[in-house]
Amino acid sequence: MGESLKNHSLIAVGAEAALYKGRFLNLDVVIKYRLRKPYRLNDLDLQLRIQRTILEAKVIRTLMRAGVKVPPLLYVHPEEGILVLKYIKGSLLRDVVHSGSIDVSCKGLNYVGKYAGRMHSIGVVHGDLTTSNVIITPDNMAYLIDFGLSKFSNRIEDMATDIHLFTRSLESAHYKWKDFLLKCFLRGYFNEKGDEAAKIVAVAKEIRMRGRYVEERRVKKA
Amino acid sequence: MIVLGIESSAHTFGVGLVRDESPHIIADVRKKYVPSRGGIHPKEASQFFISEGPKAIKEALEGSGVSPMEVDAYAVTLGPGLGPCLRVGATLARGLAAYFEKPLVPVNHAVAHIEIGRYLSGFKDPLVVYLSGGNTMIVAYEEGRYRVFGETLDIALGNFLDTLAREMGLAPPYIVNGKHAIEVCADKGVKFLKELPYVVKGQDVSYSGLLTASLKAVKRGARKEDVCMTAREIAFSAIVEVAERGLAHTGKKELLLVGGVAASQTLRDKFRVMAAERGVEFYAVPPKYAVDNGVMIAFTGLLAFKHGIVVPPEKAYIRQRWRLDEVDIPWVSH
Repeated sequence: MGESLKNHSLIAVGAEAALYKGRFLNLDVVIKYRLRKPYRLNDLDLQLRIQRTILEAKVIRTLMRAGVKVPPLLYVHPEEGILVLKYIKGSLLRDVVHSGSIDVSCKGLNYVGKYAGRMHSIGVVHGDLTTSNVIITPDNMAYLIDFGLSKFSNRIEDMATDIHLFTRSLESAHYKWKDFLLKCFLRGYFNEKGDEAAKIVAVAKEIRMRGRYVEERRVKKA
Repeated sequence: MIVLGIESSAHTFGVGLVRDESPHIIADVRKKYVPSRGGIHPKEASQFFISEGPKAIKEALEGSGVSPMEVDAYAVTLGPGLGPCLRVGATLARGLAAYFEKPLVPVNHAVAHIEIGRYLSGFKDPLVVYLSGGNTMIVAYEEGRYRVFGETLDIALGNFLDTLAREMGLAPPYIVNGKHAIEVCADKGVKFLKELPYVVKGQDVSYSGLLTASLKAVKRGARKEDVCMTAREIAFSAIVEVAERGLAHTGKKELLLVGGVAASQTLRDKFRVMAAERGVEFYAVPPKYAVDNGVMIAFTGLLAFKHGIVVPPEKAYIRQRWRLDEVDIPWVSH
């Protein structure tokens, strides 16, 4: 199957998968092909690719049912590391922020917050929630993508890790706007998640302080 | 312009003399504290530095024929690192600067690792992977500072390797003929143990679970060499994976590997293969400058001094947890 993908047009090569655009069941689709990593031992490589493909398929199906906007899943082939998803037209949130459309970004982030909240409420954590993993459609709706590191979990710690990662992706790549944009995201998250949100955000701050050489940690102790 | 740099954040007391014209490096003296058992004992290391430090400074100056008065500025690591160790270097540097009435330049140890790497590689805007005993991070320059894109959520890669080796009875010594004890053991491994956990969370790695599971596997009777091989394979693959994610996220075209763990050939090979696949340029700092040394402090001190960064000796406090992304980097511009 990896070979036959060459007939489709390559649209992106991410860190772990290549994305091809094609037609399937008379629909525009994205074919996500998890690449073999030649730097990894074969045993580890196969283990990670199969596990992650199956898990990603389960997560997407669960989110679709809960009404979180994700690209609908059409086909799975774990041994080949292949997922076929409906194609979603739009731009990455990262690029929208960089282009300076701050109002659109804020609206998009609000949606991301809302969907992150719902996702957490049904026991799914994204695992790689960053501005590179959100598509903003032409009508300014947000779709969450790339569930390659997602898992089922109800642990506050895991949900907080999502919030921590997303906060840091705003800080490291969009430094100028991080405070404003973070508020847009958290508004959506608090609205959806309710009382538990404050607790999760507090743990996210704790995770940040667990990092090495974080100054706040000293201040807190004193 | 000549700058003398002093490094004393962990196990090495290093003195470097550099200048802004060729040959750039005019002295490089190192005194390494090697524990007789266990890991670095901060107090023992600092006592070693107190007796060896002044000799190292004298050696660097006399060996290169530079008088203390000819030095334009004294640079010193003020953090991050072990308090008792940092204090020895800081005290000596404050003394030198005050006595000879020369400027004192504060240097962040992590920044110094990056700057020596950028200098040796000639890279303009790399994604930097900084791996050492106490650090595991993926950083890149953005808006005036080096920003952290990924890091370990618990223990550092070097710390993981050292602790595993120690608990398995393979160390000290941790490094023999430039090779880590875990690597020597791993080279004899044949079987990949599927039960050891591979933990990547977004752009971060975590090694504490792998450490616990590896030690449990040994206790349960798994072949030591297989545990070493699997642990190495997982630990190294995880950091290469997050580096690849960092490249994808930032779009950087250069990949720079710095810090003491960069000396590992297995790890370099993995990074090289990944970079080649992505069409990214790769450079690993040679072992000689990847480990702690005074030259990188002097070199970074020179860059900082030229941008007016100095500190009065009486205010040159050490900062054990001085985070990389708190340091302004005025000498990079793009």
